Amino acid sequence: MDRTKSRMNGSCIKAALSLMNERGSGDGAGYVAYGIYPEYADCYALHVFFDNMAEPKEKVDEILRHRGTIVHQEEIPTTEQPGLKKVHIPWRYFFKPSQTQIESFGSEETLIKETVMGVNAGIEGALIFSSGKNMGVFKASGWPEDVANFYRIEEYEGYIWLAHNRYPTNTPGWWGGAHPFNLLDWSVVHNGEITSYGTNKRYVEGQGYKCTLLTDTEVVAYLFDLLGRQHGLSTETVVKVLAPPFWDEIDYMPPAEKELNRAIRLTYAPALMNGPFAIVVASNKGIVGFTDRIKLRPLVVGETKNRLYISSEEAAIRVIEPDIENIYTPRAGEPIIGRFKE
Amino acid sequence: MSLGSVPLRYKISIDREQCMDCGRCIENCSYGVYRREGDRIITESRKCTACMRCIAMCPRDAITLTENPVDYRSHPLWTPEAREDVLRQARSGKIILSGMGNTQPHPSIFDRLLLDACQVTNPSIDPLREPMELRTYIGKKPSKLQFKKSEAGDVELETKLAPNLKLETPIMVGHMSFGAISLNAQLSLAKAVSELGTYMGTGEGGMHRALYPYQNNLIAQVASGRFGVDVDYLKRGAAIEIKIGQGAKPGIGGHLPGEKVSAEVSLTRMIPEGSDAISPAPHHDIYSIEDLVQLVRSLKEATDWQKPVFVKIAAVHNVSAIAAGIARSSADAVVIDGYRGGTGAAPKVFRDHVGIPIEAAIASVDKKLREQGVRNEVSVIASGGIRNSADLTKSIALGADAVYIGTAALIALGCRVCGNCYRGLCPWGIATQRPELVSRLNPDEGAEQVSNLIKGWTLELKELMGAAGLNSIESLRGNRDRLRGFMLDEGMLEILDVKNVGA
Repeated sequence: MDRTKSRMNGSCIKAALSLMNERGSGDGAGYVAYGIYPEYADCYALHVFFDNMAEPKEKVDEILRHRGTIVHQEEIPTTEQPGLKKVHIPWRYFFKPSQTQIESFGSEETLIKETVMGVNAGIEGALIFSSGKNMGVFKASGWPEDVANFYRIEEYEGYIWLAHNRYPTNTPGWWGGAHPFNLLDWSVVHNGEITSYGTNKRYVEGQGYKCTLLTDTEVVAYLFDLLGRQHGLSTETVVKVLAPPFWDEIDYMPPAEKELNRAIRLTYAPALMNGPFAIVVASNKGIVGFTDRIKLRPLVVGETKNRLYISSEEAAIRVIEPDIENIYTPRAGEPIIGRFKE
Repeated sequence: MSLGSVPLRYKISIDREQCMDCGRCIENCSYGVYRREGDRIITESRKCTACMRCIAMCPRDAITLTENPVDYRSHPLWTPEAREDVLRQARSGKIILSGMGNTQPHPSIFDRLLLDACQVTNPSIDPLREPMELRTYIGKKPSKLQFKKSEAGDVELETKLAPNLKLETPIMVGHMSFGAISLNAQLSLAKAVSELGTYMGTGEGGMHRALYPYQNNLIAQVASGRFGVDVDYLKRGAAIEIKIGQGAKPGIGGHLPGEKVSAEVSLTRMIPEGSDAISPAPHHDIYSIEDLVQLVRSLKEATDWQKPVFVKIAAVHNVSAIAAGIARSSADAVVIDGYRGGTGAAPKVFRDHVGIPIEAAIASVDKKLREQGVRNEVSVIASGGIRNSADLTKSIALGADAVYIGTAALIALGCRVCGNCYRGLCPWGIATQRPELVSRLNPDEGAEQVSNLIKGWTLELKELMGAAGLNSIESLRGNRDRLRGFMLDEGMLEILDVKNVGA
């Protein structure tokens, strides 16, 4: 992330991610970049996987036209790669919801959220995998370089980049299952396995979200949307909900802090995430990285004057900034927050 | 009598080679199986209830008990039990009374659910070396938190939390009244829960003054008979529980035979000595859900809104909708009691035929509350046939916050589940009010045994959670992904929202 919003093209992050190929299995990789669509900055950039351009696309077009205006649409430019089989057609819409529809849904974000949930659960052969403004996810089944070259990632310029290399175990390797996972502004990359997924999933489902991507990570995006956007919690508080202090620590806090932490654990008990994880979440406001409460996955942070790097490995940061001085590993559950300079 | 007698249920025999004629069996048997005639101990097997007291106390292991010594002509429909029940009723013209839980040979759903453990992709957590959190709060929670900025610019909590009970382990002891069980049994349980940082129910028999030192760990029950209820009683409890129904006998009130209403019981319950205490089937001030809402509020008002109020219902067919209605009242927790729940006395036909299994009830209540988006706002306590830490863990994974144990706690006090609690002759000093029998149970020893049991289960729960890669109980709660069904039919898997083994 660049704190001054100076934009970087995708070549650095491709190099950093490719360095960690042994952490993946060639079954999924992906990138997300913020600030890449300045010409459509006030439109929702909807990235969609279509299985074919007939029925699924007609249905999505119909929904979008009913709910607003498609300002522009096109196939996402790709270059065939020998190691990557193109099983879906990646498409993008730049979409503006109509005022009357916004009113009937209550808010713009709710309209987009419902559209994403509705399409993903209801339309066979269509999957909206990116739905924020001035940002976009690019992902597929394959090795990091192949996916980057397929989407011509070097041609995009963004001020926040997240990338992920997948080694699927619990759920199938498929395009939709690759990271980052996105809803509205929220994008998530995740190393690990959420052992509390069954509880977290049922909680967000009870609050109007639908888990359709067959993998545990999507629930993180929905939790951030629910807690950060709908409940209006600060990023620090959201991390405290997901990876709270232990009761043994809370018991010895000063009274006001103790009461606050107790209230968080009681109120948001089903949102607590268990199991090994290192997670980075991005939005148009910045990024946050954190691990599970006993740090069963690695997380390294590097900082320069204007840039913040969060990675599973120091080596990946040094590929980009060989002489970086401020590099450290945060404590378990401690949030690393990157905000833009005013 | 033209009907003659029915065959013996149990046959007691003494190995005369081993017997040293000490007479402990005679002293210990409160049912009168043994007597001395001359220099011989004579047995009367017909009186035996299989309470095992004599066997436990015989210093020479000289006593043998055999079940069912006589076979009827076998018949698939007219089981010996069916025939004997007819004979009993032909003789008495009355309702057949029974004790303890359901005796139908239905399959246990718990036994057909299997737990998960981590391998490779995520590490299991070792509770000996890492924190493992079981702390559970029972009570109302807000749906979301609101914060405000203080004048100094600090973030402060604006939402006020309702009073909650803090449990150090999600195991509580269910409501067994003074009257149904002895004071020493209640004292044993109360000491154990106080030591462990958990809670027990008073049952519907009021609170004996000897329990006052443990009142901060007692839940005061208000049942349809309102026995022992006054404002002092309500204020003493850490929480209040309105008992609508009980798993062993849904739809009917409590039964305490007059034989068990001793002077102290009479005083504590505020009823005449020796009278049967039959509580009404419904609460006569609750004829609808809105009446329940009023009672919940009245109890809160009487206790200055300082006490969580639970509502206990039997697991009946429509349990999820009823629980959802309770959740929308001011109640803080819903207690669901499954059809295998124990009892001191219940009509046999109710005990064996009314209600549904707790496993299905937890699953459907949890689901209904989630669909309404209020699951975390109200606590769910499950009870009725929880035998071990596996049942406990599965209950929580299906969606319960905590469980009540009853029979298991009594077994820890010596109970052998003979099912004759209603007769008031319990030779273990548990389900009796006879001073000479009650004195057999030492509350300090009893407390240690119950405490040991709960500690053992707690350790096992931590190990099971650690193996599943979970270090806090809230991540187990409702986490049905960590359960698999084995030999359960598709319909049941759907109700439980659990996948089949291998899936």
